[in-house]
Amino acid sequence: MPFLPVILWSDVLIWLLLLAAILLGWLSARNPLWRTAWQRVGRSRAGMASATLLLAFAVVGLLDSLHYRPRLTVDGGQEAPAQPATYAVEVLSLLDALLTPLRTRNEKTYSEPLATRAHAKETIEVRGSDGRLQQTRDHPRLRYGGAHLGADEEQRDADVAGRVLQALGLALLAWAAVAVAVCGGVARAQASGWRQAWRRLWRSGGDFAWSAVLCALAALLLLAMPVALLATDYHVFGTDKVGQDVLYQVLKSVRTALVIGLVTTLVMLPLSVLLGVLAGYFRGWVDDIIQYLYTTLSSIPGVLLIAAAVLMMQVLIDTHPQWFATAAERADLRLLALCFILGVTSWTGLCRLLRGETLKLRELEYIQAAQAFGVSSLRIIGRHIVPNLMHIVIIALVMDFSSLVLAEAVLSYVGIGVDPTMISFGTMINNARLELAREPMVWWSLSAAFFFMFSLVLAANLFADAVRDAFDPRLAGSP
Amino acid sequence: MLAYIIRRLLYALPILIGVNLITFALFFVVNTPDDMARMQLGVKRVTPEAIDRWKAERGYDKPLFFNAEAGGGAALTETIFFSKSARMFVGDFGRAEDGRDIAREIVSRMGPSLAIALPTFIIGLLVSVSFALLLTFFRATYLDFWGVVLCVAMMSISGLFYIIGGQYLVSKLWKLVPISGYGGGLDAWKFVILPVLIGVVSGIGSSTRWYRTIFIEEIARDYVRTARAKGLAEAAVLFRHVLRNALIPILTGVVVVIPLLFMGSLLTESFFGIPGLGSYTIDAINAQDFAVVRAMVFIGSLLYIVGLILTDLSYTFVDPRIRFN
Repeated sequence: MPFLPVILWSDVLIWLLLLAAILLGWLSARNPLWRTAWQRVGRSRAGMASATLLLAFAVVGLLDSLHYRPRLTVDGGQEAPAQPATYAVEVLSLLDALLTPLRTRNEKTYSEPLATRAHAKETIEVRGSDGRLQQTRDHPRLRYGGAHLGADEEQRDADVAGRVLQALGLALLAWAAVAVAVCGGVARAQASGWRQAWRRLWRSGGDFAWSAVLCALAALLLLAMPVALLATDYHVFGTDKVGQDVLYQVLKSVRTALVIGLVTTLVMLPLSVLLGVLAGYFRGWVDDIIQYLYTTLSSIPGVLLIAAAVLMMQVLIDTHPQWFATAAERADLRLLALCFILGVTSWTGLCRLLRGETLKLRELEYIQAAQAFGVSSLRIIGRHIVPNLMHIVIIALVMDFSSLVLAEAVLSYVGIGVDPTMISFGTMINNARLELAREPMVWWSLSAAFFFMFSLVLAANLFADAVRDAFDPRLAGSP
Repeated sequence: MLAYIIRRLLYALPILIGVNLITFALFFVVNTPDDMARMQLGVKRVTPEAIDRWKAERGYDKPLFFNAEAGGGAALTETIFFSKSARMFVGDFGRAEDGRDIAREIVSRMGPSLAIALPTFIIGLLVSVSFALLLTFFRATYLDFWGVVLCVAMMSISGLFYIIGGQYLVSKLWKLVPISGYGGGLDAWKFVILPVLIGVVSGIGSSTRWYRTIFIEEIARDYVRTARAKGLAEAAVLFRHVLRNALIPILTGVVVVIPLLFMGSLLTESFFGIPGLGSYTIDAINAQDFAVVRAMVFIGSLLYIVGLILTDLSYTFVDPRIRFN
């Protein structure tokens, strides 16, 4: 085999989450109440535009969650037949494979976005017109940035402009294809003419906010396509201190952010749902114990509890190096441990909410009727209480995502976040925070991290608002 | 009222004991003192003697819970749990890695922390409430819509960027105030003004939006309609009726935080080099100073519980319907 699949724990959890999302979709389609709620989300323009953006991020994250170790070959593909296959220690993902040019073409150090020459001056030897070597201080030529231009670097602006125009054309073409497909679909569903369907798409108050999806898609394509075309020969967002492409780093950060935002909820949910429902339903001493538990945990300020737990985890990891085969596995386990710690420290709020709601629900007549029929407690909880709490759970899930992504950056800055070797928004900001003080200033690393993180969190926030408006029964009546 | 406070304080005791047990479990049961010693000493100098010396210097060489060798009461007191965890209840936090007394360090660092956190808190609260009232006054107009959009956008920016951007703009580009540092006396304002400004701006988004939701919810109530029917002006309705009634949910979130102001802010203090408790904590985390982190966890929870009690007390001031019982 040319590669050895590596299954990291976080990969498993990410794909499990995708499965859970599909399951949730299937369940929602069968439940009329949920179906109408999701339809309300679908009608929300901000919700659908942000969902489109989130989907793009999710694709990047999922591609980055299929890992393997490439096979080592001896000298240009000739491998010794008798020896057992050896695989590289480096763990790569499908995204790495797609981004091989970005990943491997490292410069020596900083270079500006789209630059052909390095950011800092160096002493280089130039052969003068008389054939003698002269030493001058100049920006050295980059090894990869704009290498296809060869000697005529003045061509760069024209080349970039040409590529951008070409990319915009491609983007428009791709967008038009999608728009036509959507329009055709709508026309078929409505059994109306194309012209009518097209007009219907852009009118507000339709069944599904196609206009928002198409707008978001257009913006995404118009931005991403030029970047993609330029990235093959330039460093679109520049390179960082060790010469690594910044675009590659931000794309890799997406997965870390998604894992932190989603896997944490996987830890949080069972704890808060189980304990919250038990406390609210059984009351008495069960309630007392659970209340004591979450009051105690929530009275420790979050950052400090996380700091203490992460410190202890570091000691545990450092004193047991034999547990990890590769550095990627260690970083991955540390990421998961961080998710676990974040989950354990943040389940209390949701638990309190669910306990209160269960207390209210258990007094309702249909529950009392079920009790009078002799239905077992387990069944009442499973069939009558938990389904009626799900809207709170869904709202809490989407609301927590953005704050977790933001928390990761802060924690990594404090030094209690992800493994320093793991690329994340937090480590990017942490490495780049002193660059603004440099002369001349290095701004691209921070700006790229800012832009990507901002769009991810903003999309998550907008989507969360749409979901909350649709699922919260208090707000459900209003448009 | 006094009886109520005493009862609440007694109720807080088991919670503090719980916090104490959790931190103890985290620091001494998950990892043995030997592990910590190895971590602190680094790879090169790890010999059994060095570990023993490290443990003896810090008093980690005792048994965890029960000392069978010592007789009588000493069997319980000559243990790590008693000397490291239980002693925190009387304000004895032990010594940091650099040998300084943690309790004294905490007292001396509270001032700078408060100098930043208190103005940030008060100004932030006033600004956010006024903005929220403004948005509520112009509700369902373009001003309201774009105001909320701006709030969501501001919420989506990481606090790190506010600090980095603010430092760059105000200190480096415009050179208005020093980039970081702290001074006592009259010169202190120079160092305080930028962190406070950044703290206020970074908090505006989420709190304005939250207060606006509360106001909007309140404005749909019957008493507001009655007030309008009496012919009160909209401004009078907002300030005299809505604001007062909305104070109850606002207080729930706000009063809890007041005691925690003593702890300072981790990010702001470390970026601006302010010698407060926040930067103390960060330094301790980076130096893996377990004793300091343990002490800060304990004090943080203590202050939080005080905040909860204060919240309950403040209800009686803003809502005469609530009585102690």
